[in-house]
This record gives sequence, structure tokens and C-alpha cells, in this order.
Amino acid sequence: MAITGFALVRLRNLFAVVMLSGIFTLTAALLYVVLDAIDVAFTEAAVGAGVATVLMLGTLALTAEREKIHPRSNWKPVLLVCLTGGLLIYGTLDMPGFGDPAAPANHHVAPRYIKESGSEIGIPNIVTSILASYRGYDTLGETVVIFTAAIGVLVIIGRTRRRRRSGPDEEEVP
Amino acid sequence: MDLLRVVGDLYNYWIVVILMMTGFYVVIAQGNLIKKIVGLNIFQVSVFVFYISMSKVDGGTAPILDDSIAVYSNPLPHVLILTAIVVGVATMSLALAMVVRIQNAYGTIEEDEIEAQEGAS
Amino acid sequence: MTGHPILRIVSKFLIPLILLFALYVQFHGDFGPGGGFQAGVIFASAFILYALIFGVHTARRVMPAWLCRILLSIGVLIYGGVGVVGILLGGMYLDYSVLSHEPTHGQHLGIFLVELGVGVTVAAAMITIFLTLSGLPGQDEEEA
Repeated sequence: MAITGFALVRLRNLFAVVMLSGIFTLTAALLYVVLDAIDVAFTEAAVGAGVATVLMLGTLALTAEREKIHPRSNWKPVLLVCLTGGLLIYGTLDMPGFGDPAAPANHHVAPRYIKESGSEIGIPNIVTSILASYRGYDTLGETVVIFTAAIGVLVIIGRTRRRRRSGPDEEEVP
Repeated sequence: MDLLRVVGDLYNYWIVVILMMTGFYVVIAQGNLIKKIVGLNIFQVSVFVFYISMSKVDGGTAPILDDSIAVYSNPLPHVLILTAIVVGVATMSLALAMVVRIQNAYGTIEEDEIEAQEGAS
Repeated sequence: MTGHPILRIVSKFLIPLILLFALYVQFHGDFGPGGGFQAGVIFASAFILYALIFGVHTARRVMPAWLCRILLSIGVLIYGGVGVVGILLGGMYLDYSVLSHEPTHGQHLGIFLVELGVGVTVAAAMITIFLTLSGLPGQDEEEA
């Protein structure tokens, strides 16, 4: 995954960049399967490698094809990135080990969900039962966010496509 | 060896940090707007990997109830990330819509050309 | 894209299968991975495939803008409506246990309806966003 990320930074052809980001999200989905997160892998594969790539290609068709070559120097962002990375790595030295069952994230609420979900709700998929029942409010908010995003896109782009060209565009309004 | 044990325990976090820094670099250093959006996407995916790697339990399986399994991986971060992925694609689509409008308004999607036009007007 | 016979025939074969798979994922979210979001996205991607191969105008005729908007709102209303029904039947907002004679049945019914609402909204949103981001006069025929 890191190799794909580095290649993304260096490439100039935007079409290749979008394709590589699709590959990136697909390898992330594979990683999630290895880490036992199958619902998340499903969603990431469908959303990231499917819809997101298509949307970006659609935008590319409306805008440019290649990136301009910049003659400016790059050392300030690289320094900032290395500094932040160093600080973050220093911060992770205190974190619990990978896969540790005694980590604080695995206490408090999660064992209760795992134990009680069978008797209280009775469906095998714990992730769905948390998503729809125990944390139903969050899912309501998320649905409203998707709704708002679709309306936002409609408002931003509008129903007549290019406002600078008038006349023959008017019959394209659905 | 102490160092080997530290690396063996924490290597997943370091991989996440490397991915995060790649995304961060793309966002701040590249001028093209679509490449910035792709960089944000990389950053987002690295944060998801961070959460999911925190939820894995050694010897656990996927969190689907079955009578023959005793140890499950933690399902709570899965739910958070599921929501986050979908919200992320919603935000990204809004960002892409704004890029299209910027292209219509300024004729370009390179950051320095846009700044030049803003400075001249 | 409309001039490639292989793509047209293969996609005519595949698109109903994809729609069927989306319905399967939606309703089997209880027993395996799946649920509303995945199903909505897969449904939308079947539609996007249709639009990519047969042109955006044909896709617009199948799914006009007013239908997209109505579906979008219906999904959110189903979700909110389940919550309100919970209040009307004596429980709290979004409390599924009071929806039926037995708490687990109520939970099943509630989760089913809620996932349906989510799936419909996500599918309609993705279709709307794609058709808006890609519909340009005279450009859908040359798009690769």
C-alpha cells in the first residue's frame, strides 16, 4: 500500500492517479479482511474502488487531464511532513500492542455488545445490530449526511451544466 | 530483545503513520486540486486502517455470532468506520462538485494559477 | 461506448445480476456481512454501469431527476418514521422493542425497516451525484 501511495505522489497523469487511488483502496479492503473486519472491507471495496473512482473519473472528464509541472522547491513541506511523522511515531510508543486482548479499546462497552447482542436482538451479525439498534442515532445522522451531500451536489453544479454557454443548453434541463 | 518486541507490537501504527504522512504531503505540496482530493482520500484510508488495526484481537474471528467460536474481534470500531467511509465518500463528492465549479469559474484547477487570478482581480 | 457490441451484450447480462446481488446483500445483512450501505452502493453501481455503456441521456430517461429526489427523501423518512412509530406505540424514539408483540421480533422488524431506508437513500444519492457530475451536453458519447 505504501508503494502505491508513493507512486501517487510522483505521477503527473491524472487519469493514472485516479486509477492508482482505486487500487489503493482495494488493497486497503484486502487488509481489512485480514484484520477480521469483513463488513468494513465490503463497504470499502464497493465504495472506494467502485463509486469513488467513477466519480473522480467523471470529474476528470469535466476538467483537465494532466498536472502542470511545478518549478518551485519542495523542502518546506517535506520538513513539515518528517517532523509530524516523527512526533506521531514518538506518540505511538505508549500505545497497546497489536492484537492485545487487554487493550482499553476492548473493554467497557464492546464485551457487553458481544455478550448481550444474541439475547437482546437475536441476529448473528453483531456489526449490523450495533449499527441499526444500539447506535441507531448515529446511522440516522449518517443517512441525513448522505442526503445533504446529494442535495449539495445538485445545488453546486446545478441543473444547467455550463452557465457561460447559454441557449442550446436550456433543453438539457431534465 | 526489547527493541524487537517494541517493533513487533507497534509496527502497525508505524505503517499507518507512513501512509498518513504520504497523504499529508500530497495535500500540502501538490498544486493540482484533484490530486489534493486524492491525497485526502489516502489520509482518510490510513486513519481507517489505524482504527481497524486497533480492533483486532489475537486469535479472534470476524464478529458474527456462532456457537463454536469463543473470541471475537471488537465490533465497535467496525461500526464507526462503516459510517466514516460513507460520510467520506459524501464529502469527497461535494469536493469534486466544487472542483467542477472552480473549473467553470477560473478555467483552471492548478492552485497557483487560481491564486494569480485572485490576486490580479 | 454504444458502438461496442460485446460490452452491450455482457452488460445486459450482468446488470440484472448486480441488482439481484444488491437485494441479496440488503436483506441478508443480518446473517453475514452486508446491510443497507453496501446494498445501496452496489445498486447504484449497477445503474452507473448502465449509464456508462448506454449513455447518460438513456439513463436519465430510466431514472429521471424527480424520481431520484423522491427516493432520496423517502429513505430518510422511513428511518425517521420508524422512530416516530416507536414513540406513538409507547416507547422511546427509535426503540424497536415495542414494535411487535415480542422484543426480539420488534428488533428484527425495526432493523429491517431501518436498513431498507438507509439502502434506498444511499442508492438514490449515489445515482444523483453521478448523473449530476457527469452529465454534459454532447460529451457522454465520447466519454471513455
